[in-house]
Amino acid sequence: MAAPHVYQTQAIVVKQSKIGEADRIVTIYTPGFGKLQAIAKGACRPGSKLGGNVEPLTYSSMMLAKGRNLDIITQSQTIDAFPALRNDLWHMACALYTLDLVDSSTLENSENSPLFDLLLNTLRCLCQLQNDESVVRYFELHLLQHLGYRPQLRRCVNCDSRLNPVINFFSYRQGGILCPRCNQKEPTCRPLSVDALKVLRLWQGCDYPTASRVKIGRELSSELEQVMQGYMRCLLQREFKSTAWLQELKKKSLVDNCHRTN
Amino acid sequence: MASIAEPIARLIAELNKLPGIGPKSAQRLTYHLLHMPDEEVKSLAEAIRSLKEKVELCSVCCNITDRNPCPICQDEQRDHSKLCVVERPSDIIPLERTGKFKGVYHVLHGTISPAQGIGPQELKVKELLYRLQDNSVAEVILATNPTIEGEATAMYLRQMIHPLGIHISRLARGLPFGSDLEYADDMTLGQALEGRQEF
Ligand SMILES: [Zn+2]
Ligand SMILES: [Zn+2]
Repeated sequence: MAAPHVYQTQAIVVKQSKIGEADRIVTIYTPGFGKLQAIAKGACRPGSKLGGNVEPLTYSSMMLAKGRNLDIITQSQTIDAFPALRNDLWHMACALYTLDLVDSSTLENSENSPLFDLLLNTLRCLCQLQNDESVVRYFELHLLQHLGYRPQLRRCVNCDSRLNPVINFFSYRQGGILCPRCNQKEPTCRPLSVDALKVLRLWQGCDYPTASRVKIGRELSSELEQVMQGYMRCLLQREFKSTAWLQELKKKSLVDNCHRTN
Repeated sequence: MASIAEPIARLIAELNKLPGIGPKSAQRLTYHLLHMPDEEVKSLAEAIRSLKEKVELCSVCCNITDRNPCPICQDEQRDHSKLCVVERPSDIIPLERTGKFKGVYHVLHGTISPAQGIGPQELKVKELLYRLQDNSVAEVILATNPTIEGEATAMYLRQMIHPLGIHISRLARGLPFGSDLEYADDMTLGQALEGRQEF
């Protein structure tokens, strides 16, 4: 999609880095153009009009001008800076993880407005500082869906038979569930409990408010986490560095227990 | 590049690696050095070499120093019960310039940055927690930058230090001097309001 010389867009700032003395390269995710890199001139100078409006984890309305290489952010007005996340280590870490996933799984200039909505909703849900594990898992499942990797959860991906309420198997390679019989031919797949399959099916087809009503115990939550992590690693062919940080926070139990169980 | 003498090409390539120096500047600097008096060039080369050879990290505060412990850590006049945690050695300079802080420092050498895979292990956090073991520090001032990484780092340190029962404070956030309310971003303005003081 070709942009006019000067254009306005909503944007979620995904990351930024300094270049030169006072400028920043900002990676933003937009509804109309997908991921973009743009320059914020003078953003590091004290008193810059851009400054805090181009910090990662802000949702802004921006004016951009076409540049020779990268576009230039000429104005930015924060719509939501998600202040609740900035005072809570665990939820901030979850939010940074979602930004990292979007950044590393998308290409520049490929429009995906459902993905933008998903990201924005996820950040807003995280701001409520509850149900964070479900928020993150729901995000992962739908992120993959918007990228074209909707797992087949209703029928066996191999023989197309109906799945029975027994332990079935998740084939990352084939992008769906294998019945126990088909799994014998490909025994590397991950076993999936009946409850986990139920939750994934429900999440696949509903909005987040509905999804969040399911109560998920610690064991099921950790199963879902492992399944989604495995599936993403297989599809996107990489480890996510921010996952390590989440794991470490959990391990150190720096996180209030109530955050993780309910 | 084949037509350029190898030593020149090499120096251009090396200078080009420095922040803020593009290929054109690197070339200009290289030819400038070529025309400088021998003595000055030798002195510059020597300065660069001794930078790496003679400078080390202070074993107490992890600041960069040529004396270990560094002059600040050795200074008996300073208040060793107040410890200010900063991201980089260069952050100490402006804090010292204010003349308002008489305590000591601890340099983390970076911030937690999950997407870049930089966690607490990559920073001088272990060294900080070690310093806090002997109860000689009464207050830790977290002076990381008010960026997302700086905030994450400060929150992480708060959670690690909290169990030790040490008083923790954070640099006040607000409007930069000489700035204009109209142009302040919402986050800064909000924090300036929250951190308002009796006048
Ligand atoms: Zn089958
Ligand atoms: Zn020192």
